[in-house]
Amino acid sequence: MHGDGKQAEGIPRKERVFQRDPDLPLPEDIRERVFELEEEGEWIVQRVPEPYVEVPTKYGRPKKVPLQHTWHHKSCGQCGHIPGYSTAIFWLHRKLGLAYDDPKDQTSCTGWNYYASATSNAAAQAAVAVRNFAAAYATGFFPLIHCGTSYGHYKEVREELVKHAELRRQVREILAKLGKPLVMPEEIVHYSEWVYAVRHEIAARRIYDCSAITVTVHPACHYYKLVQGDAIYDPDIYGGQRTAVVTAVATALGAQVKDYSTWFDCCGFGFRHILVQRDFTRSFAVGRKIETMIEEAKPDVVLTHDTGCVTTLDKSQFAAQVHNRKVGVPVMSEAQFAALAMGAHPYRVCQLHWHAADYRPLLEKMGIDWREKWQEFEEDLERIRRGEKEYLTWEDVEAEIPARHFLQVS
Amino acid sequence: MALHAPPKLERYADVPYEEKERLFQEVKSDPRFPDYLYGCYECGICVAACPSARFYDFSPRKIAQTLAREDVELFYYQLNEDIWNCSQCFSCNRCPRQNSPGGLITIMREVAVRNGLRSAKEALEGYSRVIYKIMVTGTQVSPDMIQADAFPDWGPVAKETADNLELWRKALPPETMHTTTTAWEVSEQTLTELYLIWHMTGVMDMIKEVDEGLHMILMDVMEELLEEKGYALAE
Repeated sequence: MHGDGKQAEGIPRKERVFQRDPDLPLPEDIRERVFELEEEGEWIVQRVPEPYVEVPTKYGRPKKVPLQHTWHHKSCGQCGHIPGYSTAIFWLHRKLGLAYDDPKDQTSCTGWNYYASATSNAAAQAAVAVRNFAAAYATGFFPLIHCGTSYGHYKEVREELVKHAELRRQVREILAKLGKPLVMPEEIVHYSEWVYAVRHEIAARRIYDCSAITVTVHPACHYYKLVQGDAIYDPDIYGGQRTAVVTAVATALGAQVKDYSTWFDCCGFGFRHILVQRDFTRSFAVGRKIETMIEEAKPDVVLTHDTGCVTTLDKSQFAAQVHNRKVGVPVMSEAQFAALAMGAHPYRVCQLHWHAADYRPLLEKMGIDWREKWQEFEEDLERIRRGEKEYLTWEDVEAEIPARHFLQVS
Repeated sequence: MALHAPPKLERYADVPYEEKERLFQEVKSDPRFPDYLYGCYECGICVAACPSARFYDFSPRKIAQTLAREDVELFYYQLNEDIWNCSQCFSCNRCPRQNSPGGLITIMREVAVRNGLRSAKEALEGYSRVIYKIMVTGTQVSPDMIQADAFPDWGPVAKETADNLELWRKALPPETMHTTTTAWEVSEQTLTELYLIWHMTGVMDMIKEVDEGLHMILMDVMEELLEEKGYALAE
């Protein structure tokens, strides 16, 4: 809220456009050192496969985002508690005909536990990261990170491995015992960066009109506050002054993205707090984020791009009703929203029945008949109950990908 | 924001100074320490950004100041009273000096766990099932953790999810996600490698310091798979 009592309106636009001074040297780019270490024999650098898109980052360095042949590094909290989030990411790839791998040879990044409990250390965290990178390298597919925490954590791990030779030596020895080489990807890529890269392809396949949908965006702390230079900043989005992911695809879909005064605030996830000290999490999420969004922007949906943020903002609203707090806005990932806009089934794909805050008004406003869709999903459930089919499949959700493109590697 | 009372340093007067100094040096000697602390000029930008500072008697500025000034007494107090309030969001990384109070706290927490401080054990009470889940299964949370009695504040969706869990998990198109006890299906070879990482990096020793009972259970589970795969753990 502005000091004059007026509500904030839309994304701030400035008349002056920020232009980089071309003579000013860019800050050090860690990827140069990553390649130097490969030349020194320290590790193998897995290159970003073609085709890729170059995207702009905070200090001007272009970043390569692979379009396909990606090894999907899944998120515990997404797959476990908000499975429509992971499913929507896969569905978007299938709808765009882009090959990917959904591996079983993948561990959690273990970042949630690390930031919650510290029952780990730098060597273990680095070893877990590079074990996953080596697993991806063995398939020839390039890692695409689903979770914001994993992404920020792996950026940190990359910094530590680049800076500390002793840590590299330690994890190299561990990997050797596992029969794996030490591999560092050329880029560490978050799925929301892939969504940014293909946002116009997504928008071109939009079925439902989003022009009447008001969106507020919550950017994940671990996406842009950790290793700050490695995050997408686009001069056409927020004048390059805020990270562009999520907002970019919402805008491309024609939704109205509205600003609010606590945009930069954390959601209140807290890692340990969301599990065992939730009074803090829900107080912060409701008091600083949800109520502010509702009061200042009146969103139809809150979009974000991280597991913890979706969990926190979605699940914190129920208890606040007891205290007559102003809550009641649906929360989902931009992947789920994009998938809905493209015609994905709200239950078979976006799995909205796992969400706590009521999403039905949003679906109605988009023109999606949720009653009919729920009926279809209940019929799916009944077929599974009766034993007519064991699982819901990709064929059932009509997200075809040519068989030759789909590679399932254990 | 509440007025902050001065820290009650006398609470730890019976702990020998040498012990406090030893723990301080353990933090300071971590290879990441110089990456996280360059010097603090007390601007308070970190406090303004910090979610925990709004609800707890907590200040990332004070963490950075204490370590920069090498105030061992105040460091020991913070090690026991403050570090578990941090949200680990790294909003404090907007520090104009490029300090990372959140990163300093990560190191302090590891030291607290490694040394089995009672405050660390208390902070992690009620969290042990999550440690078990990640150590043993390779994913940190699982669908079957959503139970109405565990998450009553999440609303009726918690009960509805628990009541329909197995069916709803079968109604997921991704083939790796038909699980209930793990977030996705993790291969046995992958788990073996994860167990070896925990052992080779000293993580099991850390867990033993904060929860001996959990440590025993973890060792039993891990040893069984590792022996099956032909790995013998050193005594």
